[in-house]
Amino acid sequence: MIKRVHFPASPLPYLLVAPQILITLVFFIWPASQALYQSFLIEDAFGLGSEFVWFENFQLLFEDDHYIDSFLRTAFFSAAVAFLSMSFALVLAGFADRVVKGATFYRTLLIWPYAIAPVLAGALWVFMFNPTLGIFPYFLQAFGIDWNHYLNGSQAMALVIMAAAWKQVAYNFLFYLAAMQSIPKSVIEAAAIDGAGPIKRFSTIIFPLISPTTFFLLVINVVYAFFETFGIIHAVTQGGPANSTTILVYKVFNDGFVGLDLGGSAAQSVILMILVIAMTVIQFRYVERKVEY
Amino acid sequence: MAKIALEHIRKAYGPTEVIHGIDGEIKDGEFVVIVGPSGCGKSTLLRMIAGLESVTDGTIRIGDKVVNNLEPSQRDIAMVFQNYALYPHMSVFDNMSYGLKIRGLPKAEIKRRVEEAAHILELTPYLQRAPRQLSGGQRQRVAMGRAIVREPSVFLFDEPLSNLDAKLRVQMRLEIKKLQERLGITSVYVTHDQVEAMTLGHRLMVLNGGNVEQFGSPIDLYDKPQTLFVAGFIGSPAMNILDAVCGGDGKSMTLFNGDVITAASGAENLAGKSLKAGMRPEHLHLAGSHDAQFSAHVDVVEQLGADTIVHGTLLNTEEQLSVRLDGIQRLERGSTIGLSVDPANVHLFDPQTTQRVN
Repeated sequence: MIKRVHFPASPLPYLLVAPQILITLVFFIWPASQALYQSFLIEDAFGLGSEFVWFENFQLLFEDDHYIDSFLRTAFFSAAVAFLSMSFALVLAGFADRVVKGATFYRTLLIWPYAIAPVLAGALWVFMFNPTLGIFPYFLQAFGIDWNHYLNGSQAMALVIMAAAWKQVAYNFLFYLAAMQSIPKSVIEAAAIDGAGPIKRFSTIIFPLISPTTFFLLVINVVYAFFETFGIIHAVTQGGPANSTTILVYKVFNDGFVGLDLGGSAAQSVILMILVIAMTVIQFRYVERKVEY
Repeated sequence: MAKIALEHIRKAYGPTEVIHGIDGEIKDGEFVVIVGPSGCGKSTLLRMIAGLESVTDGTIRIGDKVVNNLEPSQRDIAMVFQNYALYPHMSVFDNMSYGLKIRGLPKAEIKRRVEEAAHILELTPYLQRAPRQLSGGQRQRVAMGRAIVREPSVFLFDEPLSNLDAKLRVQMRLEIKKLQERLGITSVYVTHDQVEAMTLGHRLMVLNGGNVEQFGSPIDLYDKPQTLFVAGFIGSPAMNILDAVCGGDGKSMTLFNGDVITAASGAENLAGKSLKAGMRPEHLHLAGSHDAQFSAHVDVVEQLGADTIVHGTLLNTEEQLSVRLDGIQRLERGSTIGLSVDPANVHLFDPQTTQRVN
């Protein structure tokens, strides 16, 4: 039995948690319940009245090929963003871990992209890849690649993936570097004496020992790609061309605020909500596991 | 197997030099202990031999090869770390076989060597366990096992016993000694514990402030400490160091409180000089009033059963003094005792140079 400490009943604890609860209620629970309610309604064409239809909105969604396409596209997009940003961050952290001189300077530079707003990051990449003024299409031409992400859906997808991954590299880098630096130096030295070169040490000692961080970052990056890349997509492609970069969050916005299908849009956001709750549960259940040294 | 030669080894971190030119040769199959207080550079020296620290100046040879610029993996060494440094995500078997796998040995050979080492170290039942499921002593043995399966030409130990409790430390100390004798592999062992140093080493290198104070067998260090530092460092309780002035004839010495003792052997040329006289607590004996050479005031008496340690001061002075007496001795706190010492057991040092003079 765990002995519990009993304090005399007092309203103080409730007062202390009240602001947090209030914020959650106003900014999450209330809008979320509104969305849930909205997802059961279908509005008439002129927005004059609405009808309660239970799950018809959801049913329509799952019969809609565009929605299924968007779902698959999102899965691909988030997998690509997570893989690209995590592997790049891992390599950078692997190098940074070996740097002694100027480590702070190097680290500071690598953290900068994280401080840039998604829309600005998007704008940056739009300029760099602009088919007429951009520097990269100019270089790519030398390799015979005709870059125009305004017309080519795959190129548009590649561009948003790069922009989204680039912004997340800094965050992943920080976590990877911290994880690597928490590995005792002597373990690495023991491996060096055992004859393992830097690459062997990385693959057989460092990488397995930071696997909890990898798992944590995987969840974080997938959540990021699902929900926080709206700004980048809005700035870079606005979901186009021909919906080739319309991921789920962007479709919620497009259907709701451009297409004015409020019920369908609400149903989509309810599905997204369920997804993010599921991912959070996974993270809390499995990420807390730690490696012992 | 190989000898190790250190020639004028220096180590500097930026402008601060921590090791000031160390020379020494470790013979093939020899067990050398590097001992000294914290911060004397002993671990740095070991890490330079291992290749984990760069050498600022000087040459390190293992066998006949200069290893200054070789990677640790190319030096044919194995090292046991203070915190064991086991790979936490691998089983005991994988920990021990890691180095062998990297060298690309055949599977059957790896298995044979690991099982043999596990047998020697009594680790056979634990081969499939993870390091975190083992006790401190077992982890220590895995670390040893990882070193011996490699069959290196040199073993390096960096304070391998300091994380163990007192009883286990004594036991592991014996095991290390037996193992080294059995395998006959050249070993360098770093410790700050003089008992470990005295019991394990064929020879001891006493380091202080980045310099070698003395390099010799345990008995040499005990019998003929070459410097004041070695005199005070080796032996427990520590050697008593008293101020003394040698008489004009070189046959007597006057202590700080005026008591006159027979001069130590070899003091003939030191007439009239101020000296530091070192006497081990176990070389002082109780003496009656007519053959006592000097007297001490008793402050604390420690009864250990096998012997009695008396802590006090030279009579009428503040100079600390301890005496180890055989068996149980009933002495009163505050009383005065007469002491005598065999002149052959008195060590004389120059107070300026701290070097031995007799």
